[in-house]
Amino acid sequence: MNVSMTVNGRSVTADVDPPTLLTEFLRDHLGLTGTHVGCDTGQCGSCTIHLDGRAVKACSVLAAQAEGARVVTIEGLADGNGDLHPMQAAFREEHGLQCGFCTPGMVMAAVDLVNTYPNASDTTIRENLEGNICRCTGYENIVRALKSGAAGMGDQGNG
Amino acid sequence: MYAFGYHRPTTIDEAVTLLGQSEDASAIAGGQTLLQSLKQRLAQPGELVDLGAIKELSGIAVDGRTVVIGALTKHNEVALSSEVRKAVPALADLAGAIGDHQVRNVGTIGGSVANSDPAADYPAAVLGLGATVETNQRRIAADDFFIDLFETALEPGELIKAIHFPVPKRAAYVKFAQPASRYALAGVMVAETGDGVRLAVTGAGACAFRVPAMEQALAGDFSADAIKGVQVDADELNDDIHGTPAYRAHLVNVLARRAVEAAR
Repeated sequence: MNVSMTVNGRSVTADVDPPTLLTEFLRDHLGLTGTHVGCDTGQCGSCTIHLDGRAVKACSVLAAQAEGARVVTIEGLADGNGDLHPMQAAFREEHGLQCGFCTPGMVMAAVDLVNTYPNASDTTIRENLEGNICRCTGYENIVRALKSGAAGMGDQGNG
Repeated sequence: MYAFGYHRPTTIDEAVTLLGQSEDASAIAGGQTLLQSLKQRLAQPGELVDLGAIKELSGIAVDGRTVVIGALTKHNEVALSSEVRKAVPALADLAGAIGDHQVRNVGTIGGSVANSDPAADYPAAVLGLGATVETNQRRIAADDFFIDLFETALEPGELIKAIHFPVPKRAAYVKFAQPASRYALAGVMVAETGDGVRLAVTGAGACAFRVPAMEQALAGDFSADAIKGVQVDADELNDDIHGTPAYRAHLVNVLARRAVEAAR
């Protein structure tokens, strides 16, 4: 079957089997391997992408369900001029990662979290990062990075 | 996953026709439960009929006395709706505590209610608030809807269109979440409605159920103390690695008292 969607601003169409997950479509068909597959059971959040502007777990969505949708992956988050997105920059500055495996999902979730809950408290941030698991940092620096990234996104006046 | 055919209808009629054409067709709403079940090969539908493109199934309407939520409305749309929060804060709270943020962006109220997972949150709201389930064929009262483990009154080819929640005088939902999954180890929705007090439990039994003894005690005195000694029968409750029936029975009473205190 054919699926068509916009991925990082580019229109893509591909012939896929119906059970193809969005993770498989992004990684195997489009070569966008920044979307990581950690648990493949909808728990760890490493595969978080934006589907029509909302953070979702790409391992829990069929490619077919994204028909006609606007998808943004970690590769498409920055503006393309060589500058990191403010949230990516904040994760680097605040040491919001160690091994980096969970980071693409963390960053994508963080951007949606800021858009959904502007000026979120630490409690709101931690509750809404429930779906992203990091086994290195202990989350302290991630929460700090998220708040710093939120400030950076505000300065830029966008999400 | 086993192989399956996939269909993406844009109307309810088209979806019902597609579901009727195959013995082993399954509807998929958000798919946050179904897809993981398919990966584990716990289900083997020959055809998946995706309801996601049926626009008329989504949306929230509040008319003062009733909150009507379309079946394909996502958990976060309910949780973040200022209208729902104003009319039935307990319902917005419940939706905002389902799964995690990403799951709430995809999972739907109709999918949750139709699945009748014993530990899902929404069944407690449907039963506790005395909602009505509107399908493509009829309206089903909450008291007649949840039958057993993953079993509802829905017939083959019957799809939920919307859930109608009467606005209660006050209500609250309190759950004890299983720490890894965020499913309810037990959860209680209590509501003081125009027709009396309703108290529904999820997570503890085969499906959501009411506790008449607590409702009667609360009808005379809507306070936590009124149900302090009212226990549910542990013999009827779930037993798994997360909790014994006796533990769940204890939790139900604790959560019921907390819910009464939190009702607003």
